[in-house]
Amino acid sequence: MPVMTYLQAISSALREELSADERVLVMGEDIGAFGGAFKVTDGFFEEFGEDRVMDTPLAESAIIGCAVGAAIVGMRPVCEMQFADFISCGFDQLVNVAGKMHYRQGLAVPIVVRLPSGGGFSGGPFHSQNPEALFMHSPGLKVVAPSTARDAKGLLHHAIHDPNPVCFMEHKHLYRRVKGEVPDEIFETPFTARVARPGSDLVVIAYGAMVDVALAATEDLEGASIEVLDLRSLVPLDEEAILDSVARCSKVVIVDEANMTCAAGAQVAALIAEKAFEDLDGPVVRVATPDVPIPFSPPLEQAVLPGVDRVKEACRELLAY
Amino acid sequence: MATDTAATPASVEAGGSGHLELEDRLWLLRAMLLMRGIEQRAMSLYRQGKVPGSFYDGYGQEAVSAGAAFAMAPEDRLCILHRDLAAHLIRGVSPVRILSQYMGRAGGITAGRDGNVHFGDPALGCVGMVSMLPDMMLVATGMAMAFKLRGERRCALTWFGDGSTSRGDFHEAMNWAGVQKLPVIFILENNQYAYSTPLSKQFAVDPVARASAYGFAGMTVDGNDCEAMFEATRAARERALDGGGPTLIEALTMRMHGHAAHDDMKYVPREQVEEWRLRDPVERQEKRLRELGVDVDGVRAAVTAEIDEAAAEALAGPMPAPDGVLEGVFCESSAEPLGDGQAPWSGFAGHTAGSGGEA
Repeated sequence: MPVMTYLQAISSALREELSADERVLVMGEDIGAFGGAFKVTDGFFEEFGEDRVMDTPLAESAIIGCAVGAAIVGMRPVCEMQFADFISCGFDQLVNVAGKMHYRQGLAVPIVVRLPSGGGFSGGPFHSQNPEALFMHSPGLKVVAPSTARDAKGLLHHAIHDPNPVCFMEHKHLYRRVKGEVPDEIFETPFTARVARPGSDLVVIAYGAMVDVALAATEDLEGASIEVLDLRSLVPLDEEAILDSVARCSKVVIVDEANMTCAAGAQVAALIAEKAFEDLDGPVVRVATPDVPIPFSPPLEQAVLPGVDRVKEACRELLAY
Repeated sequence: MATDTAATPASVEAGGSGHLELEDRLWLLRAMLLMRGIEQRAMSLYRQGKVPGSFYDGYGQEAVSAGAAFAMAPEDRLCILHRDLAAHLIRGVSPVRILSQYMGRAGGITAGRDGNVHFGDPALGCVGMVSMLPDMMLVATGMAMAFKLRGERRCALTWFGDGSTSRGDFHEAMNWAGVQKLPVIFILENNQYAYSTPLSKQFAVDPVARASAYGFAGMTVDGNDCEAMFEATRAARERALDGGGPTLIEALTMRMHGHAAHDDMKYVPREQVEEWRLRDPVERQEKRLRELGVDVDGVRAAVTAEIDEAAAEALAGPMPAPDGVLEGVFCESSAEPLGDGQAPWSGFAGHTAGSGGEA
């Protein structure tokens, strides 16, 4: 099985879908001749042509809106937001047009919106955001966030095959840092959680780039048996897997790279409070980015993003509870 | 055919568009009468408390949607605005389903999930609007993009108002359609007011003039003449199918009622309404047909009878059952594509209704 980076896995999924299904097209800013800001679509332009690897005007609302139109007449568009932050300019089309279409009139909207998200490299307030919770709060949108190369590919295949709009949160900081064995063929990773490391004393629940942080923080924590649950999908949220981990571990730390208030982890915490109260041996602990814009300068950025030390500390305190 | 699009209302008044048979001209009248009659009935149902929410109508603007929709083929796709009921009727939506829709009944097009004119029957190639205007300009542009990518001879059409021209999506759609030369027809329904805001506070330059800045044709048409609307749209469609790109048609008309049922329209000068009343689109088509010997009163009576029957049936229909309210947020099976609509124009020989779509 070939070893790919997270980024190569995304490229591989897109290339295979473009080859296998003539309804698939990729569209976005600078993705054609230039190959994309992060080179995810490098070489696609030559391989599939300008119609199916479409350089669009600088117009995020149009990218989403036109993808919706193309999807409802039979295409399978995969849109790239150059940075997840720019989805704010296409928010209306995604939330009001795409998300509500099937409920209102039974019309499926099979689009994927790729959202290069997350911080950790001095992207500043407008190139570092994690907007996934906005879409969790908008009915009709699925939201997935891979943490491994294998899942990046499998979830993207699944997203493209799904008849609904899917927000695909791909973490920029993982693009070239994460590698792994990835099947060199089309396969689907289900929109469910995955136990990244089994354990029994405490579970850290995370997704995206925070899975690696959770694994590193809990690799050797005074001999405690610590589970790491990788959510992978935020909508649908794998309630069964979450409640199962909580029942086995009885102590929970939830890590979000997103801003704390109403983040995905807040929903997970609420779920546990409602449905697993009796299983808990301590308070649910959350680690997240405080409610500030992501600052630019490295010491400032590192001061707000959840890192290994903060997760370690949260786990130690909870283990001692 | 790119040169004959500036159909002047005067020439249409004199001799018809040249592409319409008597049966077509009757179809147009019937669609407008149905629209007006259904909306009047819905307004009285609203006043009786049978239409929840508010009620929006297109009184005085019937020609805009009737004429434009009549030029569209079954395989074309439409995103229809809230004062364009005649377009739904032409595509094949029945009056009973429309009245059921207004009343939030199970038999409405959205089965009570969305209100008033927020609907489009996907089976008839129509997509329902959202309240954020003009979002559907981009959806129509995207449909046209797919048609062009696949090399299909079809086009997309959408309507939007004068207020919509101020929003970014207007620009993004016009720009994208111009850049990619897409087979899409934009109909700017200029009815003088966006809610209470007059044109003078909406734009400094008439939006039709902007079409050339986006690289395609724009023209102003008498929006109260259904045959002029038909002719302009027919020509725009031919241009689109021939690879000539988009067209912006500004339909000049007047919103003769308030923005919605609650709006007394006190911000509109009385004389402006009176002036436009003389250009009533239904009366104009009736006059034409009377001169051609048509029994217009007979047509009116038949339409009224049809609406009476539809209203009775809609009122007898059930409300939707709340136990299904959580279902359908997501598509759980494979995506069902849009179907083809009805296209009664005699110019589409052999085409009436279909269910093909883009499977």
